[in-house]
Amino acid sequence: MMTIQELNEIKERTLKTMELRLQKKDTGKHVLICGGPGCHSSNAGEIKEVFEEKIREKGLDDVKVTLAGCFGLCETGPNVEIYPEGIFYSRIKVEDIDKIVDSHLCKGEIVEELLYEGSIEDGNIKPVSEVDFYKKQVKIALRNCGIIDYENIDEYIALDGYQALAKVVLEMTPQEVIELMKEANLRGRGGAGFPAGRKWETAFKYPADQKYVICNADEGDPGAFMDRSILEGDPHSVLEAMAICGYAIGADQGFIYIRAEYPVAVHRLEVAIRQAREKGLLGKNIFGTDFNFDIELRLGAGAFVCGEGTALMESIEGKRGMPRPKIHRTAHRGLWGKPTIINNVETFANVPAIILKGADWFKSIGTEDSPGTKVFALGGKIKNTGLVEIPMGITLREIIFDIGGGIPNGKEFKAVQTGGPSGGCIPKEHLDTPVDFASLGKLGSIMGSGGMIVLDEDDCMVDIARFFLDFTVDESCGKCVPCREGTKRMLEILERIVNGEGTPEDLDRLESLAETITEGSLCGLGQTAANPVISTMKYFRDEYEAHVYEKRCPAGSCQALLEFFITEDCIGCTKCARNCPVSCIEGKVKERHVIDTGKCIKCGTCMEVCPVGAVIKR
Amino acid sequence: MEFVFDWEANEENIRELKIFIKENKGKKGALMAVLHKAQDLFGYLPIEVQRMISEELRIPLSEIYGVATFYSQFSLIPKGKYKIGICLGTACYVKGAQEILEKLKEVLGIDVGQTTPDKKFSIDATRCLGACGLAPVMMINDDVYGRLTVDDIEEIINKYK
Ligand SMILES: Cc1cc2nc3c(=O)[nH]c(=O)nc-3n(C[C@H](O)[C@H](O)[C@H](O)COP(=O)(O)O)c2cc1C
Ligand code: SF4
Ligand code: SF4
Ligand code: SF4
Ligand code: FES
Repeated sequence: MMTIQELNEIKERTLKTMELRLQKKDTGKHVLICGGPGCHSSNAGEIKEVFEEKIREKGLDDVKVTLAGCFGLCETGPNVEIYPEGIFYSRIKVEDIDKIVDSHLCKGEIVEELLYEGSIEDGNIKPVSEVDFYKKQVKIALRNCGIIDYENIDEYIALDGYQALAKVVLEMTPQEVIELMKEANLRGRGGAGFPAGRKWETAFKYPADQKYVICNADEGDPGAFMDRSILEGDPHSVLEAMAICGYAIGADQGFIYIRAEYPVAVHRLEVAIRQAREKGLLGKNIFGTDFNFDIELRLGAGAFVCGEGTALMESIEGKRGMPRPKIHRTAHRGLWGKPTIINNVETFANVPAIILKGADWFKSIGTEDSPGTKVFALGGKIKNTGLVEIPMGITLREIIFDIGGGIPNGKEFKAVQTGGPSGGCIPKEHLDTPVDFASLGKLGSIMGSGGMIVLDEDDCMVDIARFFLDFTVDESCGKCVPCREGTKRMLEILERIVNGEGTPEDLDRLESLAETITEGSLCGLGQTAANPVISTMKYFRDEYEAHVYEKRCPAGSCQALLEFFITEDCIGCTKCARNCPVSCIEGKVKERHVIDTGKCIKCGTCMEVCPVGAVIKR
Repeated sequence: MEFVFDWEANEENIRELKIFIKENKGKKGALMAVLHKAQDLFGYLPIEVQRMISEELRIPLSEIYGVATFYSQFSLIPKGKYKIGICLGTACYVKGAQEILEKLKEVLGIDVGQTTPDKKFSIDATRCLGACGLAPVMMINDDVYGRLTVDDIEEIINKYK
C-alpha cells in the first residue's frame, strides 16, 4: 500500500534526478530523445543506445539519457534535446551522434548544422521554448509528454502524479469531485464536447451493484494521433484520471479500449498498469481507504464504428460492434447494462490537472464556452506536421501559419479539414475563426477529436469528399438502411463525378441524399457521414461544377479528367514520342511535339522523360 | 485460392490456444481476446480453429464467424510471412499514398487483401497508423517506413525477398 508520505518521498527523490531537464540546475547534461510515434518509428531506440554507448566511452558520468514521449514536431524527427540549455537538434541520424557527443557534451560547443532550423534567428540560437512552434502552445493534456520517461512511474509521481488521486480519495467526497468537474466545464475531447462533470453526475446518481469506467482509446479518425501520443508519452495520467472517475461515480473496474493498430501504446499501458499495481495505486484499498479500482485493457480489431460509445461496449462484451438504439444513456445503462462512464483519452488526461489546480485556473484558459485546451494532430500539406496543444479560442490561422509554419513548397492554402469523416472542410475565408466547439460547428465542420489536415491548391475537394465517403461506406456497420445504402449511393455519385461522368442532376441528388442520411441514421457515424460532402459543396461548389459541366478538375488531381499537353517550351528532342506506349505523340526533330489526346492513355511517361519539363497536366 | 489447415504442423499452437482459452474462459467478453490470440498464433482464423473455439467457449459457431468477419483485423485467409500494411488514412492519402499502393500492387502482382502464392507477402490497406508525421507510411510486420516515394518501393520489397 502507498501512503501520501511515501508518495511525497518518491516525488522529492525523483525530482532531484530531473533537475537538469526542468532547468533548475546547470552542472551536467541531460539528453532527452523523442520516443513519440513518429520518432519511435524512425529509430529513436537505436539513437538512445548509441548515445549511451558513446557517453560511456568518453566517461561522461554527469550525462543522463532519457527516452521521453512525443515532442510534437514529428516533421523534423528524430528529435533530440539537450538540457539544461534546451538546445533542440533535429533529423538526427546515428552518424551524427559522435559529433554531438564530442562537441556539445564534451566541450559545450553547440553543433549548429544539426540544430532545428527554427531555432536560429538573426544568428542567435533560441532555446526550444522560444521556438515559434512551441511559443503559442499551452500544455495541459500533454503536460508531461516529452519531459518524463514514460516507462518510469517515479518520474510521473515527481511531476505531481497521483497527487490528484490522493487528494480525491483522502480529502474529497464523490459529490465534491463531481461539483468541481461540473464547475470546470471540461467538455469531452472525443468529438461531441459533452461536459464530463454532468455525465459523471448521471452515473453517480444511479445506484447499482457494479459500475464501470471506460477510456475510449479507439482513435478512429484516420489522420489523427493525439490519443496515441498521450497514451505512449504519459500513460499514468490516464490511469490516474480513470481512478478518480471511479471514485466519483462509485466504480471499481475500468477498461481501456484501445485499437490494435497501436501495439506500442498497448505495451506502454501494460507496463504502466503493472507499475501502478505494484505501488498500490491501482488495486485494493488505495491510499489506505476502502476505495478499490483496477483497470483492464481490451483490444479493438479494426472497426471504426467501435469508437462510438455503445458499439464499443458491445465490442468489450465480445460481440459485433454495432451501435445500440439510444433508449437509455450509457451513464445509466452501459456496459453489461450497468452505469458506465465513457470518456476519451484526452478528456481523462485533463482531469488530474483540474483536480490539483482547480476549476478557476482551468476556466482562465480558453474561452467561456470551451474552457481549457485542445490537442491537434497537424498533417497534410503543412510544414510542421506534428502534435500541438493550443488554448481554445485561438484562430485556425494562428495554428496553421504561426505554429504550423504554413504550406510547404510555395503552394497556396486551400482548406483545412477537421473532424475526420464526421467533419468538414473549412476554406480560406474562414481562417480567422476561433477554434471552439460552437464556432467550428457553425461552419459545418466539427471540433472532432483533433485531426487537422491541411489541403493545398493541388488537392481536389470533390476527391477529398469521395475519400471520406469511401471510408464511411467501408466502416458503416450496416445496421440501418440510410447509412448502409445511402452512403453507397453517395459514393457512386462522387465516383462518377471525379471520373468525368457526373450530371447536373447528380449534384441535386447528393444534396437530398445528404439530408436523408443525416436525419435517418441511428448513430453518429451515419448522422455525420454527409458532412464532408455538404461542406465541400457549400464552399467549393465551383469545383463540383467544373467537374460536371466542363469535365475539368481545377486542382489537376483527378486522373480521368486530366489532359497531357506539350507547351511552347518543347525543344523537339523526340524523347517523349519514342517513349509513349501508344505512340500518340507526333512531331519533327527540333519542332514542337503534339499529343493526340484522343489516344493518350494518361500514363504520364512523356512528362517523366521530358528533359525540359515541357509536358504539363491540365 | 484454397489454403489447407495443417493440424500437425500447428499442434503446438493449438495447445497454446487451448491453454489461453482455459485461462480466459471465466472473463466476461473473452471472445475478442481469444480471437486475437488465435490470429496471432496462426496468422489467420482457420474455420477449423473457429470450430474449436466455439466448442471450448460454448458460443455458437455462427456468432464466432459473425464476430470474426465484422472486424477487419481478423482474417479468414493466411497472411504472408511479411504483412504489408499500407496506410490510407487522410494524412497519408493527401501525401500520395494511393500511388504508393498502386506501385506496391504492381511490384507484388497482388491486390489489397491478397497474399502472394508463395505466402511471402500480403497487402492490407490500413487506417491511420498514428505516424502521420511521417506520411505516407507503410508497415512491413513491425518495421515502419515513412516519407515514402514511389521510387522507394522496389528497393524496400527486395530487402525481404
Ligand atoms: C462513429 C463514431 C466514432 C467515434 N470514434 C471515437 C474515437 O475513436 N475516440 C473517441 O474518444 N470518441 C469517439 N467517438 C465519440 C464517442 O462516441 C463518445 O462520444 C466519446 O468517447 C465520449 O467521450 P468524451 O465525452 O470524453 O469525448 C466516436 C463516435 C462515433 C459516432
Ligand atoms: S448509422 Fe451506420 S454505423 Fe451507425 S448504426 Fe446505422 S449503419 Fe451502423
Ligand atoms: S501520357 Fe502516356 S499515353 Fe499520353 S502522351 Fe504521354 S506517354 Fe503517351
Ligand atoms: S520530350 Fe519534351 S522537349 Fe522532347 S519532344 Fe517531348 S515535349 Fe518536346
Ligand atoms: S494517416 Fe497515415 S499514419 Fe496517420
